[in-house]
Amino acid sequence: MSGIRVLVAKPGLDGHDRGAKIICRALRDAGFEVIYSGLRRTPEEIVHTALQEDVDVIGLSILSGAHSVLFPKIMDLLKENNMEDIKVVAGGIIPEKDISYLKKIGISEVFLPGTQTQSIVDWIKKNMEKENPPDGKS
Amino acid sequence: MKKKDMSKKDIKKDYSRWKKEKYDPSLQKKNTGKKHETISGKKIKELYIPPDVEDIDYKKDLGFPGEYPYTRGIHSTMYHGRLWTMRQFSGFGTAEDTNQRYKYLLRHGQTGLSVAFHLPTLMGVDSDHPLAGGEIGKCGVAVDSLADMEVLFDGIPLDKITTSMTINPPAAILWAMYIAVAEKQGVSPKKISGTIQNDILKEYIAQKTFIYPPRPSMKLIVDTFEYGSHEIPRWNTISISGYHIREAGATAAQELSFTLRDGIEYVEWALERGLNVDDFAPRLSFFFNAHNDFFEEIAKYRAARKIWAEVMKERFGAKNPRSWLLRFHTQTSGVSLMAQQPNNNIIRVALQGLSAVLGGTQSLHTNSLDETYALPSQEAVTIALRTQQIIAHESGVINTIDPLGGSYFVEKLTREMEEKAKEYIKKIDEMGGMVKAVEMGFPQKEIADSAYRYQREVEKKEKIIVGVNAFESEHEPIPLLRIDESVANQHLSRLKKVRETRNQNQVKQNLDDLKKAARNEENLMPFILNSVKSYATLGEITDSLKEIYGEYQEPVTY
Repeated sequence: MSGIRVLVAKPGLDGHDRGAKIICRALRDAGFEVIYSGLRRTPEEIVHTALQEDVDVIGLSILSGAHSVLFPKIMDLLKENNMEDIKVVAGGIIPEKDISYLKKIGISEVFLPGTQTQSIVDWIKKNMEKENPPDGKS
Repeated sequence: MKKKDMSKKDIKKDYSRWKKEKYDPSLQKKNTGKKHETISGKKIKELYIPPDVEDIDYKKDLGFPGEYPYTRGIHSTMYHGRLWTMRQFSGFGTAEDTNQRYKYLLRHGQTGLSVAFHLPTLMGVDSDHPLAGGEIGKCGVAVDSLADMEVLFDGIPLDKITTSMTINPPAAILWAMYIAVAEKQGVSPKKISGTIQNDILKEYIAQKTFIYPPRPSMKLIVDTFEYGSHEIPRWNTISISGYHIREAGATAAQELSFTLRDGIEYVEWALERGLNVDDFAPRLSFFFNAHNDFFEEIAKYRAARKIWAEVMKERFGAKNPRSWLLRFHTQTSGVSLMAQQPNNNIIRVALQGLSAVLGGTQSLHTNSLDETYALPSQEAVTIALRTQQIIAHESGVINTIDPLGGSYFVEKLTREMEEKAKEYIKKIDEMGGMVKAVEMGFPQKEIADSAYRYQREVEKKEKIIVGVNAFESEHEPIPLLRIDESVANQHLSRLKKVRETRNQNQVKQNLDDLKKAARNEENLMPFILNSVKSYATLGEITDSLKEIYGEYQEPVTY
């Protein structure tokens, strides 16, 4: 499964990076190539990094409550740049009520507090297999 | 126990016998394979006995409440004289919304205010800045200028209430706004009382709300110490915080160690400025976390008081006993709250709050059950406040001071906590102090390692979290507080009006004076106060200082 590139990104103004850093380490330990954006990245910066780094997955971590404004901007920018093949997942403090809206705008999965890092690893592996069948070139 | 009854040697011998003949064989049959250690990974013995505490000298190590080294409490009367301050941290939406919530909490028996600002305010960014998009009023109350602060405290007499403000890089600015509101109410700044968090070191270490690089940030903090000691003598100019360090994943001992070493750093910088230790040290206050491991937390608070008293008396030669006192606020652990079966959080908070009270806290915030989802609803915050009231008025734990003092286990744990903290403090001294350690990334790395270790333990079920990795079940959705986007419009219209109606020349003049003073390394408080009084915004003042100080970029690592 090596070769899968994941950008862990922190949009929003909050500095809560405990979760993001744990996810980075867990994904790295699972054999993914991990790029961490650092704190307080704008939607533009996140999409730019995703393009530069040629990632397969973007994981958005946010605990500030601004996801309902920032996530649509990120999804729009991905669309504008023809980067819709990138899978976007999210985690943090996100009310369950917001999940259906986030899925509608194209977020593939929302991982809520208490999620095991292994289930995130498994999710990425499973969904990347579908994109890149084992006999594929990638 | 009388010495005659059993000599220490006899007890040790008897203990070995008991363990070999009773405990071990019996446990082997049960074969639980469970490790007994604290949430921080500290091993705990199956039984503590008098020899465990034989090197603890009552007079020297514990003493009496209100007397050096204050292990048993900083006041001679503790909760007999006055209960802790019940101070629920709150803020959301517009200044009007939060003003209503404050009045509600005060009506329901809360005894102090604690302001939560929204993220743009915490970062020194005005609400009409692009970075504030989506954030207005979400994590706290939106404050851009004195006009918002006037609304926030409308009808709340500032000479009758104490207010704590969780604000860090822009602390001096929000403090100046509060002083200005007091003056407008006709209250002398000498009479107002409260706390600004103003602890930048833990921002680099853990919470990550920073603007300027460490050195100018430290300078600004010393400015507030100096100004406060002359002009606002009843104000706590800093709340040296372990809370966020713990939330970021530190162990209890790391929380204690880094917080106390931060405290030492602030004292050193203030002394460097030429301040007299006894002029500012009585206004230093602390803020700790109350996490899940009940006894470990109590030991942490007791050790904290003792180490700080020693540091102030011995290391810094403070003469005023008030300088020796570690006064602290406690908040129950946010990160320990679970989204699964959220009503269980009420129980977690009750136990955590109890540990803070048994540890002798001066004020307490109890978290609300719904905070893994959103800011708390009024119903949830009422339960949280009632939890404190039940501890205070029903449980009986306040009947005696330091009820766990003398417990073999708690005294031993307190001693071990103290030893671990002193080890870390020495290590950071050797690195050249906390600013240096932060620049080297030392505490950040220690915390990230602890956080990852804990996560692994949870995933391997070595640590059990009820409702998450054991005893799982479905729960009904709970009602949540929603901050809708109309809040943003309402708030932005006040900001627009402020920008249009103030005296622009005055604002420019005051900001120019501020920049000049920053270049000349003067104390900036009087200049900040003038700026806020002319309705210069938070963002304008912060940006002016960015021109001189620059911005801090954290090295991106995990």
